[in-house]
Amino acid sequence: MFPQAADWVRSMTTFAFALLFLASVAGYLLNLRAARQLQGSGARLHSLAGFHGGFSFLVVLVPGFIVLILWLLLQGAVINALVLRSLPPGTTDGLDPGAVQLIVAEIRQIAGGRIFGTPEQWKIDAAARLTALRDTSATLMVVVVGVMSAVLLILSRMRVSPDFRARQGTEAIVNGLMIFCSTVAIFTTIGIIASLVVETWRFFGMVPWYDFLFGLRWEPQMPIRADQIAAVGAFGWVPVFVGTLVITVVAMTVAVPVGLFSAIYLNEFASPRFRAVAKPLLEILAGVPTVVYGFFAVLVIAPALRDFGVWSGLPIASNTALAAGSVTGVMLIPFISSFADDTLSAVPRALRDGALALGATRGETVITVLFPAAIPGIVGGILLAVSRAIGETMIVVMAAGLIAKLTINPLDSVTTVTVQIVTLLIGDTAFDSPKTLAAFALGLMLFVVTLGINVLALRIVRKYREIYD
Amino acid sequence: MADATQTGIGPRPVDWTSEEIGARVRRRKASEMRLKMVGLAAIGFAFLMLAILMVSLIATGWQAMTQTHVRIDVTYDPALINEANPARSNFRQMLQNSLVAQVPGATAEDGRALLGILSNAAQFTMRDRLLADPSLVGRTVTLNVPASDPYDLLNKGLIDHETPEELRRVKDNEIAFFGALAAQGRVTKPLNTTLLTSADSRFPELAGLRGALTGSFYALLTCFLLSFPIGIGAAIYLEEFAPKNKASDFIEVNINNLAAVPSVVFGLLGLAVFLNWLGLPRSAPFVGGMVLALMTLPTIIIATRAALKAVPASIREAALGVGASRQQVVFHHVVPLAMPGILTGTIIGLAQALGQTAPLLLIGMNAFVTAAPATPFDPATALPTQIFIWADSPERGFVSRTSAAILVLLGFLVLMNGLAIFLRNKFERKW
Amino acid sequence: MNDMRIAERTVGTNAAKISARGVQVYYGETHALKDVDVDILDRTVTAFIGPSGCGKSTFLRCLNRMNDTVAIARVEGTILLDGQDIYDKRIDPVQLRAKVGMVFQKPNPFPKSIYDNVAYGPKIHGLTRNKGELDEIVESSLRKAALWNEVKGRLNDPGTGLSGGQQQRLCIARAVATSPEVLLMDEPCSALDPIATAQVEELIDELRENYAVVIVTHSMQQAARVSQRTAFFHLGNLVEYGETGQIFTNPKDTRTESYITGRIG
Ligand SMILES: Nc1ncnc2c1ncn2[C@@H]1O[C@H](COP(=O)(O)OP(=O)(O)O)[C@@H](O)[C@H]1O
Ligand SMILES: [Mg+2]
Repeated sequence: MFPQAADWVRSMTTFAFALLFLASVAGYLLNLRAARQLQGSGARLHSLAGFHGGFSFLVVLVPGFIVLILWLLLQGAVINALVLRSLPPGTTDGLDPGAVQLIVAEIRQIAGGRIFGTPEQWKIDAAARLTALRDTSATLMVVVVGVMSAVLLILSRMRVSPDFRARQGTEAIVNGLMIFCSTVAIFTTIGIIASLVVETWRFFGMVPWYDFLFGLRWEPQMPIRADQIAAVGAFGWVPVFVGTLVITVVAMTVAVPVGLFSAIYLNEFASPRFRAVAKPLLEILAGVPTVVYGFFAVLVIAPALRDFGVWSGLPIASNTALAAGSVTGVMLIPFISSFADDTLSAVPRALRDGALALGATRGETVITVLFPAAIPGIVGGILLAVSRAIGETMIVVMAAGLIAKLTINPLDSVTTVTVQIVTLLIGDTAFDSPKTLAAFALGLMLFVVTLGINVLALRIVRKYREIYD
Repeated sequence: MADATQTGIGPRPVDWTSEEIGARVRRRKASEMRLKMVGLAAIGFAFLMLAILMVSLIATGWQAMTQTHVRIDVTYDPALINEANPARSNFRQMLQNSLVAQVPGATAEDGRALLGILSNAAQFTMRDRLLADPSLVGRTVTLNVPASDPYDLLNKGLIDHETPEELRRVKDNEIAFFGALAAQGRVTKPLNTTLLTSADSRFPELAGLRGALTGSFYALLTCFLLSFPIGIGAAIYLEEFAPKNKASDFIEVNINNLAAVPSVVFGLLGLAVFLNWLGLPRSAPFVGGMVLALMTLPTIIIATRAALKAVPASIREAALGVGASRQQVVFHHVVPLAMPGILTGTIIGLAQALGQTAPLLLIGMNAFVTAAPATPFDPATALPTQIFIWADSPERGFVSRTSAAILVLLGFLVLMNGLAIFLRNKFERKW
Repeated sequence: MNDMRIAERTVGTNAAKISARGVQVYYGETHALKDVDVDILDRTVTAFIGPSGCGKSTFLRCLNRMNDTVAIARVEGTILLDGQDIYDKRIDPVQLRAKVGMVFQKPNPFPKSIYDNVAYGPKIHGLTRNKGELDEIVESSLRKAALWNEVKGRLNDPGTGLSGGQQQRLCIARAVATSPEVLLMDEPCSALDPIATAQVEELIDELRENYAVVIVTHSMQQAARVSQRTAFFHLGNLVEYGETGQIFTNPKDTRTESYITGRIG
């Protein structure tokens, strides 16, 4: 019986959207016709008939759409609360939020038709109630949207008159929509900060913040049974952060020299033909998804480094930071080279001519005049690259280690902030264990660090641009 | 006085023809040459990496283009058929018996080893044939089924016979059995269509990208439907209508910073807000698309604003001059002219979104699902997360399949970027 | 034209420092300079005048092979410096440019200290053995450029922090510091105010004692004030070349006359 119910919800939802859209189109046609009739009867309209139609279309569509989206987003939480409240008294007494969530999840599973074992009767009842509530909600949604559309349709139809400023009305709504679009970026930022801060706050309720910030051990494996040894996880982020820095340093050691020298060559020595070929090829390197680089690190670079370790006797760990770091560096080469290329090109020609006219070679011109002049911009670009290296995820997830070791030896295996975030959150995500929440604390640190670097870098770059504008 | 300074302004007269100066110039030229060489070497290094990347992908990936199949005659032995529920008959035993009968020199003890030659799918193929045609009981049919991963590798010459037997996935006698089958002409290596037509599987020989491709399609569709209108709306407002004040500055700074936020942070946002707070389904391409939309938005906004900026003021003035409202000017004249640039930016943004992995992992789009999602709300993987899953799988057959999946992904990226470049070149206008 | 006083003539005694014969310059398809013959005398200020776009800068940039840095530029003909063809394969433009200094229209000090700006040429060419000698060159160059007194206390300040006129004199000092034999100046005063212009003009007159100076200028008054010989270019042709006094008072070509009297330009 349950799966059919899901179908009902789905078709009702589709129906609601279709209804809304049809109502909007109907509004458009009605008002258009009404306006045309007015015109036909000789009245001079303030706005074109099309605007009367458009006005009705938007007046019906926009509020209905907002209501639908909010309904769909919020109904889950409301229904869950209602189901929980309807459970037999005492069921959830004394349970922590996590256990309650588990119960809700199980009820939802049953409602979805995935029944494992033989659940208690009250759970099956609750599942039935859940399904009923969902059906009701879906039906109600259609009714609400239908009534709303009808009312708005009539209201907007009544406004058709020769001196109604439909164009202004329509444009005001469009303007409002555009303003809303512009604020999505802000809402995204707010969403990021809110989610990170809230979950981190909860994390600090379980693990003291000073342990997190200054702790030297990171062992987030929580015991499965209470009597296990090593029953306490350790959540000191220092080794994780140091690992991130190690990999970043390795990456920049590859990317900065290669990127800068490539840029110098392209900017100063390359023939136009060579440039025309080389630049797009470098851009390909920039367009390769990071998961591909990760596989490349595992497939080619790490085995090569391992063989090299065996051959040379160097103690190269199998998950050495060199592998992930150098591949991250390769990924950043085009970023740095194109940034440096642009920056060098932005140095006024007069400076180059000045140096050449004194008898400097092209090489001397680049190294002693153009490069120093471009330094602020290049530093900004390198900082942006550093922030990317710190935030890089897939390469390190695939090629770096999982164990947090407090070391700065790049031959060793280290882990990074992003690796920990992904490994902590892949699979189960009960939102009540410090293990899950720790990932958000790491995420917050990652966000703060990269944001700080980005803001600094963008400021430097902007200053640089101002000098030579 | 004239004579003192004639040859130089410093304490020493300068003779530009002297050997000393000549040698110095040669040295300087040499160091310029070195700089040039270092620069060339740097570019060469980057290209070398690109070449190694591509070569290693193709070298491993092309192996996944074909899949070893074994043709065997199996008998639906009435003794092993479960009358009550034919689907639960002992197909494994039937396969074993048939194999033992067909491989010269094999005895009943070798049954299990022989069965290992065939993919696990063989028994389900048998079952499905029987269910479709119950009259097969007692008859013998010819099945063409995939070989299991070790034998696929063996057939492709990827198993080193020099490795000591105990370290090898296939033993000497198993190699002999397989050789015997091959000698009978029962082993073929057709095109691996499974790779595109099937969804994921634990067995490399049965695994395909259909689920991942569908998931990526739904996710990108969602991403496009959300980010394109919102991005254009925001860009038009900010570029054409917004008063230049603190608020619009703030939005601008916000967008620029958002473009540089690490992708994994967007995954955390999706996990906390979409999954945990709003209770949207886990692993759903729709949710993945919403997260990708947030990430793509800055790209689209920035590209659209650049395209709008490139439309000359004269066009706006001309339209305003004939009495159009500002919105009419923008929507009727400016936006259509800017459309190629907007589309180019959008396609490039979508291409970036297609390659995103970390945020999708965090919202669970690494689910193990053996069927392609029917709707954007069903659990699924995406192309890059599928690559991640396969890269992480221990079975050796997944190495070539990972490379093949990457080549498919890169193929899509090349197509999308090619389309973007085509649009830009075709419609690029010099004002 | 009333304030046009013509500089004292000391022409005729000097030998040709540079002689150009049949110089053609093309920028891609454009024929920017057509068959120019000119002898530039040592220890003389030679002015190039003419309407903008007529090829003055182009010709000037041929004299130290700065046109080599323009990818599409092509130079034909011969230019001899002290009897040697500067476009000869064996001539190194790097060395040539040290010998033929150049000052640009817009002051272009490097974003370095005043000291490092002046010391740049001597350093790269290795003209000194020690810091003391370098200091000496910097001081005498700055003195020569009449800038020493204004900057001697702040040699480590950035050169870009000076005023426009000071920057241009810094660039002159920078060019002078490599002990060039010829100094090319492309509209050196066009970005300067009248006071700075007067200072630079005075400087040019002094430089004449040691160098062959070639100055491109837009202002005929300036040409008249500082130069002994003047070349008039028009549409890529060298129309007339001779003593400044003669060009300004008694031009032979009607185009020159029209330009001088302000009818073309
Ligand atoms: N780098 C260049 N590329 C193409 N054409 C140029 C370049 N420099 C100058 N020209 C052309 O050569 C002609 C002469 O220019 P120029 O010598 O700068 O004139 P002037 O200095 O007398 O004003 C002009 O028509 C100009 O457009
Ligand atoms: Mg000029």
